[in-house]
Amino acid sequence: MDALLQLNAVSQAYAGKPVIDNMSFQLAEGEIACLLGSSGCGKTTVLRCIAGFEPLRGGDIRLNGERIAAPGYNKPAHLRAVGMVFQDYALFPHLDVAANVGFGLRGLGDGERKARIGLMLEVVGLSALAGAYPHELSGGQQQRVALARALAPRPRLLLLDEPFSNLDVDLRQRLSHEVRGILKEQGMTAIMVTHDQQEAFAMADKVGVMHHGHLQQWASPYQLYHEPASRYVADFIGQGAFVPAVISGPQCVTLEVGEYCSLTPLAYQVGAQVDVLLRPDDVVHDDHSELTAVVKGKVFMGSEFMYTLQLPSGQQVLAQVPSHHNHAIGEAIGIRLELDHLIAFAR
Amino acid sequence: MNYNWDWNIFFKSTGIGSEIYLDWFVSGLGWTIAVALMAWIIALLLGSVLGVMRTLPGKVLPAIATAYVELFRNVPLLVQLFMWYFVVPDYLPEPLQIWFKQDLNPATSAYISVVVCLALFTAARVCEQVRTGIQALPRGQSAAALAVGFSIGQTYRHVLLPQAFRIIIPPLTSEFLNIFKNSSVASLIGLMELLAQTKQTAEFSANIFEAFTLATVIYFVLNMSLMTLMSLVEKKVRIPGMMGGAK
Repeated sequence: MDALLQLNAVSQAYAGKPVIDNMSFQLAEGEIACLLGSSGCGKTTVLRCIAGFEPLRGGDIRLNGERIAAPGYNKPAHLRAVGMVFQDYALFPHLDVAANVGFGLRGLGDGERKARIGLMLEVVGLSALAGAYPHELSGGQQQRVALARALAPRPRLLLLDEPFSNLDVDLRQRLSHEVRGILKEQGMTAIMVTHDQQEAFAMADKVGVMHHGHLQQWASPYQLYHEPASRYVADFIGQGAFVPAVISGPQCVTLEVGEYCSLTPLAYQVGAQVDVLLRPDDVVHDDHSELTAVVKGKVFMGSEFMYTLQLPSGQQVLAQVPSHHNHAIGEAIGIRLELDHLIAFAR
Repeated sequence: MNYNWDWNIFFKSTGIGSEIYLDWFVSGLGWTIAVALMAWIIALLLGSVLGVMRTLPGKVLPAIATAYVELFRNVPLLVQLFMWYFVVPDYLPEPLQIWFKQDLNPATSAYISVVVCLALFTAARVCEQVRTGIQALPRGQSAAALAVGFSIGQTYRHVLLPQAFRIIIPPLTSEFLNIFKNSSVASLIGLMELLAQTKQTAEFSANIFEAFTLATVIYFVLNMSLMTLMSLVEKKVRIPGMMGGAK
């Protein structure tokens, strides 16, 4: 099946400075993607290009096979059937909730319009507030209205620009799950921009990691975490430490603490010097292990501790350990490495 | 000071027909209102169009509107009035010229000149207020309207202008009052509005102080009523939570 949305070698620049550089990805109908990156990496600009608020410098964007943007051609935003949800909600303050949601439904008759508004408000759980004005709503409610407004005209594609970043942490987590549920239920194809990886992992089928205008990797959250394509992605996603090692076989490396073999082949010559990524969940606490490390630091995280451990060579690694294993700093504890997915980068 | 105030003067005969002086003031007030209202309607429409033009994407339309504002804001009102009354008619096509100078009665041609003058002058000021009103809105508002399928025109009509006009009611009220006060320049080209009638009363009756006192009171009451009316309008259309309301 053809992709619903295709970006082909898209580039954009402000005042000669590249903001998006040669970016390509595809999104299938019904998929939810996240663009993830620190602020200033160009992720919001990508959304604005797809929405039609920015012209392209290079490449093209296709929606449902139709070219909607290319250098010198910009299909007007209002004709693209691309909905958008904004960081600051951008509700219309002079209209009540029902009028906001019904705003994009001009083509419909009165009855149909009412029914659609009612349905959308039901979907976002705000039926009781149809007559309220935006200023009377909480942040979470406003964002739900914004979502209903964007979904009401049945866009081909929905864009969400940091939709939860103005909300507190609890609400953010709850709402991101809720929104994913709503989007999936509606069969909506969507792209969200965020700088919060928990949010990206919770929402998305595909995540694109961006850095300085480059798309570093476009993959499922699981792949990003376990098979990062670059050192930047490995560093940016999740936690961990790089440990020096030597390739000792097609699927094996030798670390200072012994030889480990991956389930998948490694793309390096035997004898090559590499850095291996050790995730905190790769380092398992095991009282019976002969290998020990000294506790250098610990952070209590509720159900677990994040220990900073020092190996005999002085190399430090992180270990995630269930929190009933409460060890003092300076204590030596037994550990074992579980490296099913070896992630190695040339040194 | 030894001045004998005589407030009965307004009820005395002017010596022209059966008119009393008060009739002159009533007629003058009528012209003042006729000039100001007509000029205001035109200024509001033209100024809104220009204000929108200044906020549009692209270069040509904003540049035209900006040039307009600079021209009409930087030339004194009185100079503009004399241009419209004495200079511009001479450059009209022949038939229009004859119509303006000969067929129309003098009061009508003076009325047209002063209405055009005040309307174009005030439009420049209205333009600036409409522009700032639009620019004061969060940028997401127009993006949000475009994203649900509204064209640029519809976005202005249904999202930007309804909010911008509410914001700028207070400064627009000032312009509205100004146009009533500025209409007094019409007396210099012979239109018998309130100020001209006041001067005429002063000259005919020699009761200068009474005449100008009454004119002052009329202008004051007129403007106070308009201001009260406008603040009622402002309250009526205010968006709760926006502009002074608690968020």
